[in-house]
Amino acid sequence: MARKNAKAPHPQVAVGLEAGPFHERIAALNSQYGWMDWMGFASPSVLDNVEFEYFAIRNQSTLFDISPMCKYAIEGADAEAVVNRLVTRDIRKLKPGRVAYVIWCDEDGNVIDDGTVFRLAEDRFRLCCQEPQLAWLEDVAWGFDATIRDVSREMAALALQGPTSAALLRALAVKEMEQLKPFDFAAVRIGRKVVELSRTGFTGDLGYELWMKPQDAVAVWDDLVGAGGQQGLRVIGYQAVEMARIEAGFLLPKTDFLSSRTALRTDRPSTPFELGLERMIAFDKPHFNGRRALLRLAGSTPRRRLVQMEVGKDKPAANALVYHRKKKEVGMVTSALWSPTCKQNIAYAWLDAPYGETESGDLWVEIYLQKEIRWQRRMERCRIAEKPFFVHQRRSATPPGDY
Amino acid sequence: MELPKFGLQVIPYESGATFDSKDGYFAYFSDHDALRRELMRHSPKDADNYEQYARSVMRQCKFIKPLLMRTAPDPVRLRPRDVSELAYILKRFHGLGPREMAETIRFWTMSIAEYLDQYFETSIIKAHLAGSGIIGTGLGPYSPGTAYVLLHHYMGEVDGAIGAWGFARGGMGSISKALARSFEASGGEIRTDSGVDRFAIRNGKVRGIVLENGDEYEARTVVSGMDVRRTFIDHTDERELPSDFLKAVRRYRFRGSSGKLNIALDGMPTFSGAPKDARFLKGDLHFLDDMEEIERAYDDWKAGRWSVSPYVDFLIPTQIDPTMAPPGKHYATVFVQYAPYELAEGQWDDANREAFAETVISKIARHSPDFRKLIVHKEVRSPLDIERETGLTEGNIFQGELTFDQLLFNRPVPGYAQYRSPVRGLYMCGSSTHPGGGVMGAPGANAAREILADLGHKFDLGAAA
Ligand SMILES: Cc1cc2nc3c(=O)[nH]c(=O)nc-3n(C[C@H](O)[C@H](O)[C@H](O)COP(=O)(O)OP(=O)(O)OC[C@H]3O[C@@H](n4cnc5c(N)ncnc54)[C@H](O)[C@@H]3O)c2cc1C
Repeated sequence: MARKNAKAPHPQVAVGLEAGPFHERIAALNSQYGWMDWMGFASPSVLDNVEFEYFAIRNQSTLFDISPMCKYAIEGADAEAVVNRLVTRDIRKLKPGRVAYVIWCDEDGNVIDDGTVFRLAEDRFRLCCQEPQLAWLEDVAWGFDATIRDVSREMAALALQGPTSAALLRALAVKEMEQLKPFDFAAVRIGRKVVELSRTGFTGDLGYELWMKPQDAVAVWDDLVGAGGQQGLRVIGYQAVEMARIEAGFLLPKTDFLSSRTALRTDRPSTPFELGLERMIAFDKPHFNGRRALLRLAGSTPRRRLVQMEVGKDKPAANALVYHRKKKEVGMVTSALWSPTCKQNIAYAWLDAPYGETESGDLWVEIYLQKEIRWQRRMERCRIAEKPFFVHQRRSATPPGDY
Repeated sequence: MELPKFGLQVIPYESGATFDSKDGYFAYFSDHDALRRELMRHSPKDADNYEQYARSVMRQCKFIKPLLMRTAPDPVRLRPRDVSELAYILKRFHGLGPREMAETIRFWTMSIAEYLDQYFETSIIKAHLAGSGIIGTGLGPYSPGTAYVLLHHYMGEVDGAIGAWGFARGGMGSISKALARSFEASGGEIRTDSGVDRFAIRNGKVRGIVLENGDEYEARTVVSGMDVRRTFIDHTDERELPSDFLKAVRRYRFRGSSGKLNIALDGMPTFSGAPKDARFLKGDLHFLDDMEEIERAYDDWKAGRWSVSPYVDFLIPTQIDPTMAPPGKHYATVFVQYAPYELAEGQWDDANREAFAETVISKIARHSPDFRKLIVHKEVRSPLDIERETGLTEGNIFQGELTFDQLLFNRPVPGYAQYRSPVRGLYMCGSSTHPGGGVMGAPGANAAREILADLGHKFDLGAAA
C-alpha cells in the first residue's frame, strides 16, 4: 500500500564532527590537521606550532573560535530574578553593559557549571557556559515571568586575546573599545558588521571576545585577519589556549572539576568552598539554588580542596598523585604545565583535608617521565601557591595600551 | 571460558530508529554527538535531559551490576553469609546517598512510561526508549516494575562499556557453539538427541538422570538449566519435594508474551521514512507513534489476542554480519510484542499463525513499500512454538517474569535462591534463578560457584569483578 503525501524524509544528522561558522577559514590554516571535539564541532587543537601559538597570546594577539560555547538568552520581566536564583553572586548589582563571571549550584551546594552572564538590558541576560543547561534553566525559571532560549547556534564568537589586541581594534577604528573596562561590553562595528565586543577572556591578559551573527562570521574574521598583520595576529588552537588558561588561574569543567549534573559517581561533584570560589557566594541576597546547603557547608571544613601548586624542576606533573612526606597519598593533579612565561612548573591539584588546609608542608608529586621508551618515576617537591600565576596589569589598564 | 578462542566474536551496536505513522523518525546513535543532534532536532530540552536520563540509568546499572554476579542473600535463613551479603547490599545502597536511594526505590517500582515522562517531552523519543521496558514481559509500559526491565536490558557490557549491546557474529547460535567447544576443550562431553525424562532421586539425594530414550546416567551432582517448573514439576517425582516448595514453584509466573518472525529476503527493503543512505537502518527498527500504542498492544494480549498493532523489534543483521545470508540476500529478524501463549479464541494453528504473521508484515509493509515483495520465506513462532522449540515454558523468553516479586532472593522461589534445591546434589542454573534471563551467563556463573563450594573447592571465579 503506497502512501500519498510523501514528503522527503528528514536527512540523517551528521555523525562525527560538524563544521562551525569559521571552519573554512580555520581549515585553510590548519597545517597540523589537528581537530578536537567541542560540543560536536571541529575545534582546532593546534594549527601549526603550539609554542608559537602560545607565545602569540603572551606577546602579540590571537584569534580563537569559541562559537561552540553554550549560550542561553534569559528574557522577561522576571529575568533578573531568574538569574539571581540561578547563580550564587548577587546579579542585581550587575548593570546593563556589564559581564559577570558566575557559578551555579544544585540543591546540595555542588557546582553545576561556571560561565559568564551578560546583562544586555534590565530584562535581558545571556549566559555563556561550557555544558548544556537548557533543562536546568527551565526548571529554575519555573513559575517566573521569563523565557529561556538556547541561542548557541544563533551566535558565532571569537576570542581576540593578547597585548596587541587593543591596537588591532584601534586599527579597525573601533572607538568604543577605548572606554571598555574589564567585564564591559558594547555594540561596535567591525567593517560593515555589527558585533558585540566584550572585554573578557581567560588568558589573564588584555583581551576581548566578539559575538556576532553566524552569517557575519566570515566577514568579521576577514576584517580582523586583514588588519592584524601589524599586530602579529595569529590564529591559534586549543592547546595554546589551555596553557594560558592554566597560567591565569581559570578552572576547566571536566578537567579540574565535574559538574554535579553530569558526574556519575555521587562523591565526584564539588562545592564552591572546595573549589576556592567561596568569594562568589552572596549569602546576603534572596534565596538562590543551593543557598541552604552552602550555608551549612560554610561552617565546616571542606573534605578536599582544589589548590594551585608550584612544582620543583621543569617536568609538568600531568596526572600525578600527590603525597605527604613522600608516603601518604593525599591528592591528585588535574592540570599541569611548565609555564614558559612565568618560568615556573605549575599545577592544579585536589588535596584531601587536612592537606591544603592546616597541613600544607612536605608535599610531593610523583611524576612519570618517559625517556626514549623507558619510564622514570620522580618524586618532586611541591608547594601551594595562593595567587594565579599570571595576571598582567595591562589586562585592566583603561584605556588599553598598544602592546 | 575463553569464548573468543572458541570462535565467539561480538560486533558492536551502532544505531537504531523508530518510525512514526507520518514517516517521521527518531534515530538512536551510539555516537554521542550524532545522538545529541538527533535529540535536538526533536527537542533541545530532551537533548539536555537525555544526559540526565542516561546518568540515572547508568547509576542504577552500577548499583545493581555487582549484585548480579553474586549469589543473592537468603533473608529466610539468615546464615552468617546471608547477613554479610545483606549488609553488602545495604552498604552499597547507602553509598548511593539519600537522593539516589530514593531514586533507586522509585526506579525499582515505577513504570517505564512514568520514568521516561520525567525526562522527555517528545512522544517518539519516549516510544523508542520504552521498548526496552516491556520486551519479553507480560507488562505494558504503564505497568509498575517495567523501569527495572529496562535496566535488565541495559545491563549488558561489551569490553567494559556498561549498557553496550552487541551482535554475535554468525547469530546467537555461535554463542552456544563457543560455549560447547570451550566445555569440550576442558574435557567435558555433551550428549544431545534425547531429553531428560526424570531426575533419579533416592532418600532426598539425587542419584543421576534418566533420559527419554531410557539411558541412565549416575551422578551425585546434577545441574538443571531448565526452568524451575520443568525441573521440579515435569521431571522430578513430586513426592520427593516439600509441599511448600512445590506450591511456590507452581505459583512461579511465566506468561509468554512474545512472538517471532524470521524472514528471508530477496534484497534489502527500503523504508519510506528513511533518508537516503541512513546508517540507522543497520540497527533495530520500530514502528510506532507513542507509548500509548504499546499499551494498547498490551491490552490485546491481556484479552488473549495478539496485538492488532504490535510492537516490533525489527533488524536485518545481514547488513552487518555477512555470514548470515548469501551475497545480495538478506534476512530479517522480527521480535513481536505482544502475543499470548493461549489464544482466547481458537488455537495456535497454521491459520492463526498465518494471520498473526500477516498482522506483523502489514505493519512493516506500511513503512516499507517493497518489503512484502522481497519475502522469499518466513518462519512464524507463537509463544507456544517458542516453548515447543526451545523449551522456554509458555514462551517466556526470560524463563519467568522479571517482576520484583520474582527477583533477587525470591528468584525462583523464596528460600531456594542460591541455586540449591530441596534435593541434595540437584542444582538449578537456568534463567529462572537470580539474576534472570537474557544471554548473560550470570545465573550459570553464580551456580557454578555455589556448586564448587559444596564440592569443597576453594577458588575465585572473579565474583563481583
Ligand atoms: C525470540 C527470542 C529473542 C530473544 N532475544 C534476546 C536478546 O536479544 N538478548 C538477550 O540477551 N536475550 C534474548 N532472549 C532471551 C534469551 O535467549 C534467554 O533468556 C536465554 O537463552 C535463557 O538461557 P538459559 O540458559 O537460562 O535457558 P535456555 O536457553 O532456555 O536453556 C535451557 C535448555 O534446556 C533444554 N531443555 C529443556 N527441557 C529439557 C529436557 N527435558 N531435557 C534436556 N534439555 C532440556 C532446552 O532445550 C534449552 O536448550 C530472547 C529469547 C527469545 C525466545
